[in-house]
Amino acid sequence: MSKSVNVKDLDVYYGDFLAVHDVSIDIAPKSVTAFIGPSGCGKSTLLRTLNRMHEVIPGAHVKGQVLVDGDDLYGAGVDPVTVRRQIGMVFQRPNPFPTMSIKENVLAGVRLNNKRISRSAADDLVEKSLLAANLWNEVKDRLEKPGQGLSGGQQQRLCIARAIAVEPQVLLMDEPCSALDPISTLAVEDLINELKDSFTVVIVTHNMQQAARVSDKTAFFNIAGTGKPGKLIEYAETTTIFNNPMQKSTEDYVSGRFG
Amino acid sequence: MKRKRDVSTSSAVVPARRVTARARPADRVFKFLSTSAAVSIMVILAGVALFLIIRALPAIGANWTTNPDLKTGVTGGFSGFWSYVGPLAFGTVWASVLALLMATPVAIGIALFISHYSPRKMANFLGYIIDLLAAVPSVVYGLWGIMVMRPFLLPLQEWLNAYLGWIPFFSGSVTSTGSSILTGAVVLAVMVLPIITSISREIFLQTPKLHEEAALALGSTRWEMIRLAVFPYGRSGVVSAILLGLGRALGETMAVAMIISPAIVVSFRLITEGENPQTIASNIALNFPIATGLQRDALIGTGLVLFVISLAVNMVARLIVNAKPRRKKVRDAGNPRGSDPGRGDGVSAADAEDDEMLSPLAAHRQERLGDDGYDGADGADGDVAAARTAVSAGFGAGLDKRAEGDQP
Amino acid sequence: MTTATESARLPAVRNRLTTGQLPKRSTLYTVIGGFILAAALQGLIGFNWFGLLVFTGVFYLIAIYSLSLMKENRRKALDRLVSGLVCTAFILALAPLVSTLWTVVSKGLGILSWEFISTSGGAAHIDPDTLELVSSSGALQAIVGTLQITGLATLFSVPIGLLTAIYLVEYAHPTFWLRRTVNFLVDVMTGIPSIVAGLFAFSLFTLLLGPKAFSGLSAAVALSVLMIPTVVRSCEEMLRLVPADLREASYALGVTKYVTITRIVIPTAIAGIATGITLAIARVIGETAPIFMAASFTDSFNANPLSGPMQTLPVMAYTGYKFPGQDIDLSNNQAWGAALLLVLLVVVLNLMARIIAMIFAPKTSR
Repeated sequence: MSKSVNVKDLDVYYGDFLAVHDVSIDIAPKSVTAFIGPSGCGKSTLLRTLNRMHEVIPGAHVKGQVLVDGDDLYGAGVDPVTVRRQIGMVFQRPNPFPTMSIKENVLAGVRLNNKRISRSAADDLVEKSLLAANLWNEVKDRLEKPGQGLSGGQQQRLCIARAIAVEPQVLLMDEPCSALDPISTLAVEDLINELKDSFTVVIVTHNMQQAARVSDKTAFFNIAGTGKPGKLIEYAETTTIFNNPMQKSTEDYVSGRFG
Repeated sequence: MKRKRDVSTSSAVVPARRVTARARPADRVFKFLSTSAAVSIMVILAGVALFLIIRALPAIGANWTTNPDLKTGVTGGFSGFWSYVGPLAFGTVWASVLALLMATPVAIGIALFISHYSPRKMANFLGYIIDLLAAVPSVVYGLWGIMVMRPFLLPLQEWLNAYLGWIPFFSGSVTSTGSSILTGAVVLAVMVLPIITSISREIFLQTPKLHEEAALALGSTRWEMIRLAVFPYGRSGVVSAILLGLGRALGETMAVAMIISPAIVVSFRLITEGENPQTIASNIALNFPIATGLQRDALIGTGLVLFVISLAVNMVARLIVNAKPRRKKVRDAGNPRGSDPGRGDGVSAADAEDDEMLSPLAAHRQERLGDDGYDGADGADGDVAAARTAVSAGFGAGLDKRAEGDQP
Repeated sequence: MTTATESARLPAVRNRLTTGQLPKRSTLYTVIGGFILAAALQGLIGFNWFGLLVFTGVFYLIAIYSLSLMKENRRKALDRLVSGLVCTAFILALAPLVSTLWTVVSKGLGILSWEFISTSGGAAHIDPDTLELVSSSGALQAIVGTLQITGLATLFSVPIGLLTAIYLVEYAHPTFWLRRTVNFLVDVMTGIPSIVAGLFAFSLFTLLLGPKAFSGLSAAVALSVLMIPTVVRSCEEMLRLVPADLREASYALGVTKYVTITRIVIPTAIAGIATGITLAIARVIGETAPIFMAASFTDSFNANPLSGPMQTLPVMAYTGYKFPGQDIDLSNNQAWGAALLLVLLVVVLNLMARIIAMIFAPKTSR
């Protein structure tokens, strides 16, 4: 189910503007990797290049390679749609589809991809995904209610259930807790720890405690100034980054001296 | 899950090619359809211009004094196309300007009343009432003008002629039926009123709350606050609203055709019998059924002139509207991160957004919002969030009923 | 304390912050005073409802300005004057609306009957009882014509308009020349005078089919030219309101763009789109000039939009007055009946638009 991700010499551009410069990073399967760094340092941008979501913005393009188990996402003729079916994503703000019920939301990925699925298989998939997202017990009695009727934390877990229902190999999370209250955050963090058993998880976070709590390895990004590209400063075991970083700027950042 | 296996079992180089084989015809067909719809807009517009020109050219080029068709009937007595269309164009502009002179102050008053004077809960309802004024078909206004406005304004016109007849505008032999250009202009004013009102209202509602509060905090009265904060912010928007109103007045046919008893003359007199300049649209409507051969083509030629005039007015209006958002964009770009400030910004737009769901007249404003959103994507900010700001924040705020609570 | 007497009159505890102000109810009293004065004046020069309103307004404005000038200061006086003017403007705008609706209803109600709706006019026949020639006065041909022409126009405009909006919002790169051009041209189209649209349809069909080319189809083409830009703009607006988050969520599930648009974006925006389309229909259903140019007018029943003149309600209202038949009173009455039906249609469409917007508005519990 789970795959490795290898980024090689990646530059990300918005039009002519170089947003992220020369990033190489190897992410192991079945691990949680956190991207941390100050605002605008390109960590979200980099995350989105891992399933080609950045291409939604006109003019965005990359140079370099992203290999998922050795397959280049940016190889000639690769369809971004195919990529995204294998690499799921959870966003900063919970975004369940407003026109769909909870159940339909979980099944959205399958249904919208025009896969035929029997009623019993659909029910099984809904239960399995919601169980995996720690949401089943809270919503099992109101699966037909609109997804937007849930609380923020529940909505975010619904979005996670929706993402894992299509059985991706890698799960990207773009600040998944930044719009949530502390209790919901805790629930999502617990969930991430469980997801690690079956997925490769990459999470962008502003919250350093969160990175320390949930991740196995951490990558620190920084930016030299406004208008300059973001760069990968240091990538190591989370404990190393937080206790014994190699770089001065990493230490300054994790100890709260800037950013 | 089949495809997944395809990719995973292959080597690094090959799978890319194999994936391409899965073309997505539905996607391409849909993109092709929507692109061709967009192209069809160009075709339609080109068609409009082309067919009018094809029909009009023979009449424009003909010799009006010798041509058997043109020297009699509705086009008789004119030396050529331009001497025919000249007075008509004058009448069109003159009637529209008169209407605007009457409608503009009232429309701005109403817009201010709705945006800054009426209780906030009433604002939507009052806006709806004004929109209803726009929804009444022009032919109904025509009938109303004949039945109600003509007799209603007749005494006023007689009075004006008797006592103020020394002013050139009110001179001449006074109308006996009330079918003067003044009556027509009043009805036209009623018809353009809602357009100017609803656009101005949208613009007044967009005034940054901070500016207003700053003015109030200085001890301004409400009127001074409006002069200090609302008018400077909305000036260009109001100007373009007036021009869009002018565009509507220029093309308005029925009310004028039914009310004014016209002559093809150039005259500034307002309340005469038989000296009321005719407008292009009304002239076509009245004479088209009885015109023959080249006469019809001549009328189509005048229609072409009307098209050009109203096009010019509309273009100027759009230019003014579109020149404005630059200021707003600078403000947005100043936000270091797109997503959060969008909320604050969205508050003032929240009400307007709700209205827009219902008001087709606000179309131009949405375009400004939309363009901003896209410009943001090109901005040097580079952060992903900036690109989504305008669009998503607008939606969030538009739906967020709490935003209403933020209004004073 | 020059205002001691003023404040003493207030029942509440004296508050120094209220000194130097006109009393709380002064606006109301001044309006009543103005009304009495105006009524008195009307007694002298003759009564007229509109005049009463106008004079009340004028007297009120003069009185409140001078009172405030005396008691308060110039700035406040100006503020009160402007407040008064702004409210007057609103009432002034209500007058024509109320007057129009009242005139149409009172004039049209007399002729409005089941017979008027269900029979077509112009079909003269001999009454078997009295052996006199009776011409029926129905509007069926106009109702059918209006519905057919507007329906056809909607059928043309909605796909083109919606797809163009989708192109502008979902596909076109913002700086791409086609998007800029189309955006500009939609603006141009919005400004086409309705009669020019009629001339276009007439020219098109006469060039294609010869001189007698009046038809419902031609009128529908004319209306489409007017309707398309409205539909494009309202659909565009609604599509832009759909948060980019939802599109991204869908793309991230590996859903193709086409499916994202048809299954996520459009359903989310459908309330707004339906509202916009309904309002666009309401706008063109009252158009007179273009239909008059393109479909001419007739008293006989014609349900075939492909050939022959067709009658519509707005044209019936116009021709009933401008080109009355032998029985002028009957023609005028028919005009009012048609106008009333038309206004009813427009009001119903507007209400429908609002109901659609209310029912289908995206449900959020935030």
